[in-house]
Amino acid sequence: MNTRYALIRGQRPSSSAQAALQRKPRWHEMAIQGFLFFCGALSILTTAGIVLILGRESWLFFRSPEVSLREFLGTTKWQPSIGQFGIWPLVNATMMTTFFALLVALPLGLCTAIYLSEYASERVRSSLKPVLELLAGIPTVVYGYFALTFVTPLLRGILGRDVVEIYNTASAGIVIGILILPLITSMAEDALNAVPRSLREASYALGATRLETAATIVLPAATSGVAAAIILAISRAVGETMIVAIAAGAGPAFTFNPFKAAETMTGHIVRISGGDLSYDSMDYNSLFAIGLVLFLITFALNIVSRWFVQRFREVYE
Amino acid sequence: MTAIHVLTATARLAPVQALAAARCESDCALEARQLSVYYGAFRAVKDVSLKIQRQKITALIGPSGCGKSTFLRALNRMNDLIPGSRTEGEVIFEGCNIYAPGVDPVEVRRRIGMVFQKPNPFPKSVYDNIAWAARINGFRGNMDDLVEQSLRQAALWDEVKDKLRQSALALSGGQQQRLCIARAIAIRPEIILMDEPASALDPIATLKIEDLMHELVKNYTIIIVTHNMQQAARVSDYTAFLMMDEDRAGYLVEYGPTDEVFTNPKDRRTEEYITGRFG
Repeated sequence: MNTRYALIRGQRPSSSAQAALQRKPRWHEMAIQGFLFFCGALSILTTAGIVLILGRESWLFFRSPEVSLREFLGTTKWQPSIGQFGIWPLVNATMMTTFFALLVALPLGLCTAIYLSEYASERVRSSLKPVLELLAGIPTVVYGYFALTFVTPLLRGILGRDVVEIYNTASAGIVIGILILPLITSMAEDALNAVPRSLREASYALGATRLETAATIVLPAATSGVAAAIILAISRAVGETMIVAIAAGAGPAFTFNPFKAAETMTGHIVRISGGDLSYDSMDYNSLFAIGLVLFLITFALNIVSRWFVQRFREVYE
Repeated sequence: MTAIHVLTATARLAPVQALAAARCESDCALEARQLSVYYGAFRAVKDVSLKIQRQKITALIGPSGCGKSTFLRALNRMNDLIPGSRTEGEVIFEGCNIYAPGVDPVEVRRRIGMVFQKPNPFPKSVYDNIAWAARINGFRGNMDDLVEQSLRQAALWDEVKDKLRQSALALSGGQQQRLCIARAIAIRPEIILMDEPASALDPIATLKIEDLMHELVKNYTIIIVTHNMQQAARVSDYTAFLMMDEDRAGYLVEYGPTDEVFTNPKDRRTEEYITGRFG
């Protein structure tokens, strides 16, 4: 302490003080820092490794004379056995299940989040949140059979057996919606909770009702966080595998009818790779191409989400 | 008539006094009767009775933690929003107890506005901050005129007339606070509660707010909480001095015209506080 004051006053520190100020290595500090760096680097390296593998195998796929990038992106038939590799049936099925998932999870999740953060008493909150978290803990295989043995019969009962096939993208999508519901709810609620109390007070003090406050002050102020929640939930829905593998159908089909069977990208990968697949065959490599497309979609969604958060984040002063 | 007399005039009235009380009723914008506020088991305000004069500025002063903000927030039922809070006693506004069953706190807050310690504009444009407040209160009319008029009344128009579409968060702290005042008066309340409105501002911005209060009091009744005694002395017509007892519950020590409270306090504790011997 004395040395510090001596320095501030501009006096020359004595030689012993100078020795005290010398930099000395702090070994265990450095060891911890190294370990933490290693942990961070590991996840980056893993990601890089995955991208590398995906890229290499896809490269092998596109390099072969049987398929071109134009055919891959420009045609609507996916039949590897006869050499037709148009990705759209798979992408289309994924988009349909995701759409139905959002149809369920978006309104329900947002309303639940608003209820929890703006209306619910502490007692209701503390009992509702664990239930929601339980929903997140159910294995997806259970969800898959829930779709196949409960939601599908329900849809068939309502809309008629000739309308709804046993395997269909709608019921898989609805159940994916239930799966991502806790994700949207809890992230959106966090975003709503992060809106400062003072804004709510300002609103109430101007004679706003709870609904006016929630819908026109709190929700817009939480836009960035809520949007990020939704986008992450979309990524989750796009990547969901087990439910679609069980309930959506087992065969690529290019259809916009949600009550017909169709196979999503993930569903196709899991079905094909589950059978006998010889290494280095076209089929084998095509899976990596699909995987790469999946990766690019979720990667793009993540970027959009980050952009959203930065673009719309409000800084409250 | 001094406000101390007004205070005692609430109960047990002889006919003559009743007449006096009735006359004062027209000057009285708001009256707290035996008002107590609890947070859970903790009593933050104890039996405060106080009559607020119409179109005057009343300052609530007292040491920190004495419950003056809590008392202020009880006057437009803002404490309702705090889980576990409870209010006893009455607040009479236009002949009606705002804590009576069947009274809608939303309506109460439309008539009794509030400005907070920290400026809290909405993350919307300057224009929308005011337009939003007017719109939710059912305003139908020329919004541009209302916005301009409110901003002029809040002495902010000249500074922001070219940035109406910009975010309110881009304004300086003092401008934000005047925007909050503009927003509060856009819905034409009868009373404006101000909870240390200048304590987060620099001296010049503070002065502007005080000047503004002098303007506003021509049309509104203002109640201000402040921990700055010079400010209370500068701006207010009436001053109420609150203190806390050994259980940290706030109670009213003295209430009267500001001149009297500051120059000739009746209570020794008021004198000690004002002369800076504690608090």
